[in-house]
Amino acid sequence: MHEVSIMSQTLEIATENAQQQGANQIHRLKMRIGEMSGVVPEALNFAFDVVTEGTIAQGAKLEMEIVPVVCYCPHCQIEFQPPDLFYECPQCDRLSNKIIAGREIELTSLEIS
Amino acid sequence: MCGNCGCSELGDLPIHTHHQPEHSKNEKIRSLTITQSILSKNDRLAERNRNYFLAKGLLVLNILSSPGSGKTALIERTITERTTEMAEDASAIASSLQDRLKVGVVVGDLETDNDAKRLRSTGASAIQITTGGVCHLEAEMVLQASQNLNLDLIDLLIIENVGNLVCPAAYDLGESLRVVLLSVTEGEDKPLKYPTMFKSADVIIVNKIDIAEAVEFDREQALTNIQKIAPEATIFEVSARTGVGMEAWYDYLEEKMHKGFSHKGFSTEDASRSQTDIA
Ligand SMILES: Nc1nc2c(ncn2[C@@H]2O[C@H](COP(=O)(O)OP(=O)(O)O)[C@@H](O)[C@H]2O)c(=O)[nH]1
Ligand SMILES: [Mg+2]
Ligand SMILES: [Zn+2]
Ligand SMILES: [Zn+2]
Ligand SMILES: [Zn+2]
Repeated sequence: MHEVSIMSQTLEIATENAQQQGANQIHRLKMRIGEMSGVVPEALNFAFDVVTEGTIAQGAKLEMEIVPVVCYCPHCQIEFQPPDLFYECPQCDRLSNKIIAGREIELTSLEIS
Repeated sequence: MCGNCGCSELGDLPIHTHHQPEHSKNEKIRSLTITQSILSKNDRLAERNRNYFLAKGLLVLNILSSPGSGKTALIERTITERTTEMAEDASAIASSLQDRLKVGVVVGDLETDNDAKRLRSTGASAIQITTGGVCHLEAEMVLQASQNLNLDLIDLLIIENVGNLVCPAAYDLGESLRVVLLSVTEGEDKPLKYPTMFKSADVIIVNKIDIAEAVEFDREQALTNIQKIAPEATIFEVSARTGVGMEAWYDYLEEKMHKGFSHKGFSTEDASRSQTDIA
């Protein structure tokens, strides 16, 4: 499953950062997940429990901030949040495929000790 | 007893969740800002692939679809028809030129190497990546596999990704073009169900049009959905079985290849350099 490999990579980055700080435990991970990232938050949560077992992040809390899609219309030079899957500019009705936000799969912060 | 701080919490409690900042002086919880993209490593490797392939003058296709949409069939037909035709063209231009258009294929599959066998029977060199359960290809896998092909003898590198419309969308392989297939048996609303994948496509190919009528495929609806989800993608309607519609796809490839070839012309120095970098 996709989310397991995403989560293992997240844990790898988190562990590396925590250890650099001399920490031996991770209590909380915060992530930003774009609506258009192709990642399912529920599946990430499930994968998190699986991959953290027996690691320094076991029992930690996973917090996910869902990032809505933001598009850019090059004609009107405006940014807009599309209300549906069709990214239509609210000013000129042209379809846009310039996605500025909404694809993120990021680790943003940790709580460690 | 907790090995960390000597407390005696045991039982069903997950290890360490009982720790509070005041629990021990040595265990002050502090927060650490990171902000790192999880796929940044793959993105970096993909960019390296892209420069490497470009330096070798290769056009690289990443072909994606659900299992059974016809990726292997499309590649087979493209290789057999296109290589023959290009060879005829070439011999018309210079009779001493014996070379055919050389195609290399990298095929990702969860378990078997059946597709690679099918593709080798067309005469192309095909390398199988058996992912062992991983549901997508990653940039590093593609680079490793491509080292088993003689890239200097190849003009077109085709990557058949694992049959899956979800996570391969997030993994850049360093391709020149991302090609997403949709067969008429899968329904007109497929692009709406997998918008991330379809939005990332440079090319969308509607396959199996030979049986469109039999499965009551609503062509207008499908094309409308594709155009609304992926307004800038180039669309082809083909049958990899009968060959209908493939001509337009070949013309498109040829046009893209010529752009690729022009890179080859002035970047031989870069090519040898990046080869030593990677070796
Ligand atoms: N009728 C019809 N069948 C096709 C076409 N293309 C592929 N198929 C069949 O669909 C099945 C799956 O094709 P395959 O190339 O293995 O799909 P892949 O899993 O995407 O590589 C095979 O039985 C093919 O013969 C087509 O254009 N028309
Ligand atoms: Mg196949
Ligand atoms: Zn606009
Ligand atoms: Zn303790
Ligand atoms: Zn995957």
